[in-house]
Amino acid sequence: MQSSNIHEPELTPSALRMNTHHNPNAVIELSEVRLQYGSGTLALDNTNLALAQGDFVSLVGPSGCGKSTILKLVAGLLKPTSGVVMVGSKEVSPAGKKHPKHSNMRVGLAFQNPTMLPWLSVLDNVMVPLKIVTPYREYYRSKKHAEYRDRAEDLLAQVGLKGFAQKKPWQLSGGMLQRASLCRALIHEPQILLLDEPFGALDQFTREELWSILQNLWLKNKPTVLLVTHDLRESAYLANRICVMTSRPGRILEDRSVGFARPRTIDMSYAPEFSELIQELRSTITHANVEVIPS
Amino acid sequence: MKNSLSVVISPEQVRQLSLSALATLGFFLLWEVACLGFHVSSLVLPRPSEIAQVLWIKFPLLLPHATQTLYTTLVGFVAGVVAGIALGAIIGSSKLAYDVAYPLLVGFSCIPKVAVVPIFVVWFGSGTVPAILTSAVISVFPVVVNVATGLASTEPELEDVFKVLGASRWDLLLNVGLPRTLPYLFASMKIAVTLSFVGTVLSETVAANKGIGNVMMIASGNFDVPLVFAGLFLLAIMGVVLYALFALMEFKLTGWAQRKNELAMA
Repeated sequence: MQSSNIHEPELTPSALRMNTHHNPNAVIELSEVRLQYGSGTLALDNTNLALAQGDFVSLVGPSGCGKSTILKLVAGLLKPTSGVVMVGSKEVSPAGKKHPKHSNMRVGLAFQNPTMLPWLSVLDNVMVPLKIVTPYREYYRSKKHAEYRDRAEDLLAQVGLKGFAQKKPWQLSGGMLQRASLCRALIHEPQILLLDEPFGALDQFTREELWSILQNLWLKNKPTVLLVTHDLRESAYLANRICVMTSRPGRILEDRSVGFARPRTIDMSYAPEFSELIQELRSTITHANVEVIPS
Repeated sequence: MKNSLSVVISPEQVRQLSLSALATLGFFLLWEVACLGFHVSSLVLPRPSEIAQVLWIKFPLLLPHATQTLYTTLVGFVAGVVAGIALGAIIGSSKLAYDVAYPLLVGFSCIPKVAVVPIFVVWFGSGTVPAILTSAVISVFPVVVNVATGLASTEPELEDVFKVLGASRWDLLLNVGLPRTLPYLFASMKIAVTLSFVGTVLSETVAANKGIGNVMMIASGNFDVPLVFAGLFLLAIMGVVLYALFALMEFKLTGWAQRKNELAMA
């Protein structure tokens, strides 16, 4: 379950090399990716990462190590300086295109900041992707969206927002908005879910509750998830695989699988083997001479 | 949604309204008393009561001029706002357009509009057209600036969420940019509508045979100072009414941006 190469000074584990060349099972694959912002900061260098269909991978590491950069590359919001980013057997950003077009995969995205549209109700905010994403938007236009409304209300109920559908975003607390933001990321049944510290601004109790909600939602449809976080407990609770990153230029230092049985519970997160895993992750990160926010 | 459309008048608002009414009344009272006390001639500064009297007596005569001014102002204002939204949308959604057009725009806005009127007269003759154009030109700038700022300041994360969904630039403008810009647009429209009056009257005083500006021009030539002031009063009243109309529309359409008021009321 756990590898034992924690204290090795070697920065590029050979296990990763196997993933480098077009893994046929990979839904998301970064090979030899390098990203430099302008002519300045080198955010990523020689980064390799592959996610299989239905995988739940968490990227952890100190802030500024390029976690979010990887996420943006996968989302097609950034273009690598060199290297290849494949999503669903298509290259995300063919060179020369100014705005990288995304592949035919449906992608959901949620940030730490819930970014709701203040003039729409919570329900309408959640339904926004259905107005935009290609297979749905035609139906949405043809006024067939009663069933979409039901779906959105059902999803809101699942995250504990039953009865808040008609409220405006500013009438909700931060935790509630983050729940709604999660619904918005999932309403169009994405094959890929990208989460950038979605629970970073929340209190401990809300965060733990949302972990369990996210786990349940994931177990239902099994989208491929890439979760960026600096909370080690969070990543150990949620992910199948944890990738630890070094900072500047970002590189994946360690890639380990997490074998705890599903569905995981908060009680499990206080079990000795769970704490041991977190302890090991922490020491990996501190040994790489970087600081981390303790969980 | 439940009470965002109904205008609820709270005790706080009653207090506010009565205070502003009192201030207006006090201003006129002070004016009246000062004129009487210092024996100011009505050739220099007529008393409000005199002005009201003139307004009452000459109202049938003034009405067609007032409607002319209102008409040219509104046509010019609408044209200015439409042009301003279009220009602002272009400038605000492209960095290149922003950099290229901004200096030009600032340059144009610096030109005194009095200087523009004679040019319009040369092109279109005197009368309604130059008045409409002046009113349009003067009201464009605040609208462009506000719409462009509103669009350019959209949160990048929100744009990312939409881009990942495959949204086109048009989708973004329609679903995020324009609704987000509405509060900015209304703020600028309240300024623009008052400026529009300035533009119209300016043009009417220079080259027209109709309109309040023209009436005031002739009246001052005849030393009929109370009539000049009556014209000013009419302009002020029309300006206030239009301003209030836009403030009401703003409240109804962009209530989501004014949560502070609603929170205070709740």
